[in-house]
Amino acid sequence: MIDEFIVNALIAGVMVAAVAGPLGCFMVWRKMAYFGDTVSHSALMGVALGIAFDSENPLIMIATCSAVAMMLLFLQRDRRFSSDTLLGILAHSALSIGMIVISMMDHFRTDMMYYLIGDILAISERNIYTIAGVASLSALCLYFIWRDLLSLTVHEDLAHTEGVKVNRVKIIYMLLIAFLVAVALKVIGVLLITALMIIPAAAARTISRTPLQMIMFSSLGGIISVLSGVWASSHWDVPTGPAIVLSATVLFLCGRFLVLKKV
Amino acid sequence: MSSEAGQLLRLENVCKSYHKNLVLEDISFSVNRGQTVTLIGPNGAGKSTLMKISLGILEASSGKVYRDKSITIGYMPQKVMIDEVLPLNVRDFLYLRPNTTYADVEQALETVRLCELANQPVQSASGGEMQRILLARAILGHPDLLVLDEPVQGIDIMGQQEIYGLIAKIRDDTGCGVLMISHDLHLVMASTDQVICLNRHICCSGSPEFIRQDPEYHALMGRPMEGIAIYTHDHAPDHDHKHHEHHND
Repeated sequence: MIDEFIVNALIAGVMVAAVAGPLGCFMVWRKMAYFGDTVSHSALMGVALGIAFDSENPLIMIATCSAVAMMLLFLQRDRRFSSDTLLGILAHSALSIGMIVISMMDHFRTDMMYYLIGDILAISERNIYTIAGVASLSALCLYFIWRDLLSLTVHEDLAHTEGVKVNRVKIIYMLLIAFLVAVALKVIGVLLITALMIIPAAAARTISRTPLQMIMFSSLGGIISVLSGVWASSHWDVPTGPAIVLSATVLFLCGRFLVLKKV
Repeated sequence: MSSEAGQLLRLENVCKSYHKNLVLEDISFSVNRGQTVTLIGPNGAGKSTLMKISLGILEASSGKVYRDKSITIGYMPQKVMIDEVLPLNVRDFLYLRPNTTYADVEQALETVRLCELANQPVQSASGGEMQRILLARAILGHPDLLVLDEPVQGIDIMGQQEIYGLIAKIRDDTGCGVLMISHDLHLVMASTDQVICLNRHICCSGSPEFIRQDPEYHALMGRPMEGIAIYTHDHAPDHDHKHHEHHND
């Protein structure tokens, strides 16, 4: 008999990993890992806002993450600063704001650690509905923009000339990441969300021959990582978020090993 | 929209500046159906910028760009670097063009004679193969206007002639217009209707035969072919001569 909180954890984790797969592949292809980090660091600011308003409404998180993502787009118009510099400014400012605001709430006694590495075993049924809603919406969006997004990932000017609405598709992709980060915070935490997108995608690369395969394997790898991470966490009594990330790392290493052996 | 039948693209008094630096000044030209217009000019002359303005990728700072909205454009960018992290074969790369079927892709590959490469990773293509792949991508969707940014870069002379021949054939078969950038006037002469010498502004323009006589062209391009001709002609004796001198020392 499995406890209910474990079942909730597994359902939430599997849904997040399934969407993190394709989003993470594009993150790897577009070299945007740092962007994922920035959005997730800003999620802590969302947490702080939520505490300030005494609300658990996921819309606060989604709005904060989206605002930071859009802020980046705006700042990128100044060509004097490269993206990674701007991301560094945004990420750490947002993280600092979040930490200071949270520390100012004396009456608030939750350990900050939960926001940093997640608290998947505390997922409620309501959280699951939110995650399910965001995950299916993201999957639907991705289905529609998939070919355009891939095309502009390969070459933006070419895509533009061929009629792809480059800016619109880019904004949708950035918002999808913001949405996922907002709902995944509880599952895997501010510091580790990007890992759940990047590592399964990297692991999938070694065994994929087409973009679609890489996305499928990436989702699958993420799901396997969640399942084994939750199991490892309950078996050895270690924090769940890091256990999930390390499971993904093991998958990546196994993939590398298999490929090396083949050669 | 076009004032003249068959006109695909027209630029009028286009200027472009970056941070108050004027990179293009008062550019006017047009491309008609079935016509090949070639842009030549030294590095930094603004050739690629002008192309991007023509395509609507960049906005002109002033002036007007008329592009027939109903036409299909095939674009061949100067450099396409696809990272190894994206597993993409040649067929799927071509299939990225919107409204394309795999049958169209096969046909385009046949036109550039690269069918055997269809299942290879696009990153494994050599420089010359990549240019042909990009040309195939440009001709997918039966474009009315081909815009080619240095279609032969990184290709040896034989390969260059083949690519230019291919472009001329596509133009003759489909009646499309061609706007391209080239470094070498001699190779494109046979198939070009109009040459525009660009160095931030239009130095001279006209038929290739006319341009070849124009002192502005020679001032701009620094007689590269003569330099090369002298070098090849004198290579052996010159070498001996130097060798000899060395011994004397």
